[in-house]
Amino acid sequence: MKVKQLAAAVTLALGAMGAQAQVSDGVIKIGVLNDQSSLYADLAGQGSVVAARMAVEDYGAAKKGMKVEIISADHQNKPDLGSQVARQWYDVDKVDVIVDVPNSGVALAVNQITRDKGKAFLVSGAASADLTGKACSPNTIHWTYDTWMLANGTGNAIVKTGGDSWFFLTADYAFGHALERDTEAVVTKAGGKVLGKVRHPLNTQDFSSFLLQAQSSKAKIIGLANAGGDTTNAIKQAAEFGIVKGGQNLAGLLVFLTDVHGLGLQTAQGLILTETFYWDRTPETRAFAKRFQQANRGIYPTMVHAGVYSSVLHYLKAVEALKGDEGAKVIAKMKETPTEDPLFGKGRVRQDGRKVHPAYLLEVKKPAESKYPYDYYKIRAEIPADQAFRPEKDGGCSLVK
Amino acid sequence: MTEVFGVPTQALFGQLLIGLINGSFYALLSLGLAVIFGLLNIINFTHGAQYMLGAFCAYFVLHKLGLGYWWSLAIAPLAVGLLGAVIERTMLKPLYKLDHLYGLLLTFGLALIIQGIFRNEFGSSGLPYPIPQELTGSRNLGFMFLPNYRAWVIVASLIVCIGTWFVIERTRLGAYLRAATENPALVQAFGINVPRMITLTYGFGVALAALAGVMAAPIYQVSPQMGADLIIVVFAVVVIGGMGSIMGSIVTGFGLGVVEGLTKVFYPEASNTVIFIIMAIVLLIKPAGLFGTQK
Repeated sequence: MKVKQLAAAVTLALGAMGAQAQVSDGVIKIGVLNDQSSLYADLAGQGSVVAARMAVEDYGAAKKGMKVEIISADHQNKPDLGSQVARQWYDVDKVDVIVDVPNSGVALAVNQITRDKGKAFLVSGAASADLTGKACSPNTIHWTYDTWMLANGTGNAIVKTGGDSWFFLTADYAFGHALERDTEAVVTKAGGKVLGKVRHPLNTQDFSSFLLQAQSSKAKIIGLANAGGDTTNAIKQAAEFGIVKGGQNLAGLLVFLTDVHGLGLQTAQGLILTETFYWDRTPETRAFAKRFQQANRGIYPTMVHAGVYSSVLHYLKAVEALKGDEGAKVIAKMKETPTEDPLFGKGRVRQDGRKVHPAYLLEVKKPAESKYPYDYYKIRAEIPADQAFRPEKDGGCSLVK
Repeated sequence: MTEVFGVPTQALFGQLLIGLINGSFYALLSLGLAVIFGLLNIINFTHGAQYMLGAFCAYFVLHKLGLGYWWSLAIAPLAVGLLGAVIERTMLKPLYKLDHLYGLLLTFGLALIIQGIFRNEFGSSGLPYPIPQELTGSRNLGFMFLPNYRAWVIVASLIVCIGTWFVIERTRLGAYLRAATENPALVQAFGINVPRMITLTYGFGVALAALAGVMAAPIYQVSPQMGADLIIVVFAVVVIGGMGSIMGSIVTGFGLGVVEGLTKVFYPEASNTVIFIIMAIVLLIKPAGLFGTQK
């Protein structure tokens, strides 16, 4: 398969003639790097490009005389390919900041390259909490969510309601391992037990063998430490094998709005999940979602899309204040400045690169409760920002003193 | 409870059965490929996309026409098979005289285009398709719960596979087909319309892919990627079975499904590579495949 360099380069603002001296070559170039063709393409994909574009428009970059350009590429979930694109972007195409990058394997690679090249990296799509733990970097901010937060939200909620024995179905790469590790820690801390686990390859079609193993483990909860198409296939097939009817319950540790849409409420109803953004929460988020879906083939924004929007907005703010776009300096400025935007409200970026904001424990509605398109969740609880994410001192990040 | 390598025998039976179910899809798809390659000498890389079209067709039939699964089993193969016939007439026909490579490139390109269009239109998360009412539920076999729908998949695909093999290897029509691939001019001299027969054969091979797509729809998400993920494995199955061998593709399809199922128990991390390891070994020892004949 050839490198599909998506050439959708969008020149947004051909602003004033006199470019600012300290912005490298006069243009702020944003590279959206994600999965555009496979199992994570709906939850990130082109939608993230749309979100970045909306952020640039809403910031009014053109009016302020800032020249911003957005390019995008498909990393096909391959760390080697993602690294190659990142290097080319930084070295040849003069990209200043890479955003999104779902798939923790690719994100960890880009994290290192960004640090070596002295650029900036705003993670929205990737989940591994290692990005602000042992792999933390002065050039990276992890924006939207992470595996610790998912484990803490969904894992905790389930253990508290009696789900004290677990079996994990884990996607066999960096993300799955991190999510499994963090959830296992929550489960054992709350007095629960992990009876077994099975690691499946990324992008698996048939889960029946794994589900059968989970079934024979007799665990009360089957924890799905995977995402996107893997999660939806596992949930759908679990219904077929009568797992829930047999008294076991599924815990989708990372479920996105687009996954619920793909499953249909009939299959997805009752699932408990944790996200940091739900479009139908406030008038501001609803207004955003309405504009977003018009530009994104009718698909409503996931938290990954919202994170791209919010992080690009804050990035532009920092660049304007600094009048420069040097990677580590912008990231430092972003950490200094409190964040505020219509989607996540008020928040801040910690020294380890973790952006903190509240998380929401959600429940998927029954088909009868859903009144309009994408009316999928009930908000069960809000986890305050200071409890939603791993305490800074526990991550083992070298930047925290 | 007795155990084999630390796995209870009961659990093992379950895994064997599941392997057979997945093998049914491999068999159905590789059968279509084998028919097309054996009789037309075309390496049909569009097969995965046509399988996906079958599943989407089932989805449209349900949501646009309001007709259920059983109708789809007839409508989808017909519609997609017809589309296949059009592709054969308009695009593949001029390529027969050229090297295999040209047909491969054309069909590969077509697959990318079709998948791209569907991804653009429907996204990558897939669409839900319910299991038909009559086949919901499952039965307890003692060692596992077998969903009724999966039992149906094994039975249906076995019937289709054996039926196809019978038609091609044991009937007069099949004899014509095989003769036409050996020496089209001679068969034409007997008054048989060879080009039409070839078009119909391609259409039939494609219809088999669409049928597999309809059967897969209730199990997997109906998604533009579903064929692309599967087609590489299916090609490996065809290579292991012997390019163009009908029986070879059926037996290897089911057999490799079982092998893959067992890998998922003993070493799950390798479950998506085991088929390719077998392919490499078979190619080293018997380059024409297990059931192929050296030409």
